[in-house]
Amino acid sequence: MTKLIIILLSAVFINNYILSRFLGICPFLGVSKKLDSATGMSFAVIFVMLIATAVTWPIQMYLLNPFNLGYLQTIVFILVIATLVQLVEIILKRYIPSLHKSLGVYLPLITTNCAILGVTILNIDEGYTFAEAMVNSLGSGLGFFLAMVMFSGVRSKLEGADIPKAFEGLPITLVAASITSLSFMGFGGVIENLFA
Amino acid sequence: MNEILTAVIPIVIIGLVCAAVLVIASKLMAVKEDEKFPAVRGCLPGANCGACGFAGCDGYAKALCEDSSTPANLCVPGGESTAKQLSEALGVEFAEVEAQVAFVHCGGDCSKTQDKVEYEGFSSCAAANLLFGGKGACTYGCLGMGDCAAACPQNAIYIKNGIAVVDEEDCIGCGICTRTCPNHLISLVPQKRKVTMTCRNKDKGAVTRKTCSNGCIGCKKCEKSCPRDAIHVYENVAEIDYSKCIGCKLCAKNCPVGCIEM
Repeated sequence: MTKLIIILLSAVFINNYILSRFLGICPFLGVSKKLDSATGMSFAVIFVMLIATAVTWPIQMYLLNPFNLGYLQTIVFILVIATLVQLVEIILKRYIPSLHKSLGVYLPLITTNCAILGVTILNIDEGYTFAEAMVNSLGSGLGFFLAMVMFSGVRSKLEGADIPKAFEGLPITLVAASITSLSFMGFGGVIENLFA
Repeated sequence: MNEILTAVIPIVIIGLVCAAVLVIASKLMAVKEDEKFPAVRGCLPGANCGACGFAGCDGYAKALCEDSSTPANLCVPGGESTAKQLSEALGVEFAEVEAQVAFVHCGGDCSKTQDKVEYEGFSSCAAANLLFGGKGACTYGCLGMGDCAAACPQNAIYIKNGIAVVDEEDCIGCGICTRTCPNHLISLVPQKRKVTMTCRNKDKGAVTRKTCSNGCIGCKKCEKSCPRDAIHVYENVAEIDYSKCIGCKLCAKNCPVGCIEM
């Protein structure tokens, strides 16, 4: 149990996908302008990370590993995740239209996002069990959510700030992102020692 | 050769399975889109002005398809031809569109009123209005900085002699300017109207008199002259009810200051 909590917390804070692994930067810079689109995107990411892990972990363990096909991991995972997200979208549209409306725009955007593929591959590389892999995916999604929401706040402040001409737009956003990411470095070493 | 096959075959199988699953799912769980929607949406002009009261043309088209009680004559920019096409596409009876245009209810141009201060700030009605209600002597009147002209998608508003004027030929009646004016001076009026109020000053007659020679003094002469009870003085300023007005122009003829335009 302790191990699961450590995995969850370190996925959120220490190994934050955006701020320390630098995966999923595209939606981070693209959709973080407004709080509501940032939360919509984040929930879609959490959702897809969970179902992607739930499907790719068994595929790796019971299909690729027994036949020594580990080198096909990337292509198989991309194929499966893309299909899965499409399938989920069709199901949502049919049975839960309200959820489809709020997640709908963001689902196709993140089908082949590197953060999603990153989570599934890292779960295998770390040698997690199925439960640990699911918890890690949840933590990674929550970490993505945290970074998106925090950064949308930072960006709304930037909108009104008097920024030198050369830094306007993307440059100042990247500077702000790196400072936010530096602040997350402060969590390093905290989680392991919590339960020591 | 064998190694290549062991790699290719699983990938092909996975790909085929994925494709089959998606095909079956999309057939089984297809959501029926309203087949009327593309036709209805095609009739609308696509200006997304919001004059119909829905969020853009897509929103109006959706409301038309889903709720049969939605009137088909709400599109102001499209006018009669759009309403006709819509009622054909929906199979409902055609109802005439009453063309509406924006009107700036202020006639206090440079010859009728004076400035009380010189304003040298940011050139915007909203900003000028924050500073003691603008530079003009009348705080109800047109500020003349052209916020409405800037907001107009058709460039149908221009500033003439210190007040905003709507070019009724170009106006599409979208109502964006009515929401822009900080003094709420602009409203949509029927294009075929015969008389229009050109003042919104709510001060008492004596005060209005001093600030603007075009100001409504609230004397109620128009109210008494109207045969159809269509004009009334509320808060020291007359207002015309176009649903009752028959266009006899008696109110305008009887107005002592001439603030009702014919």
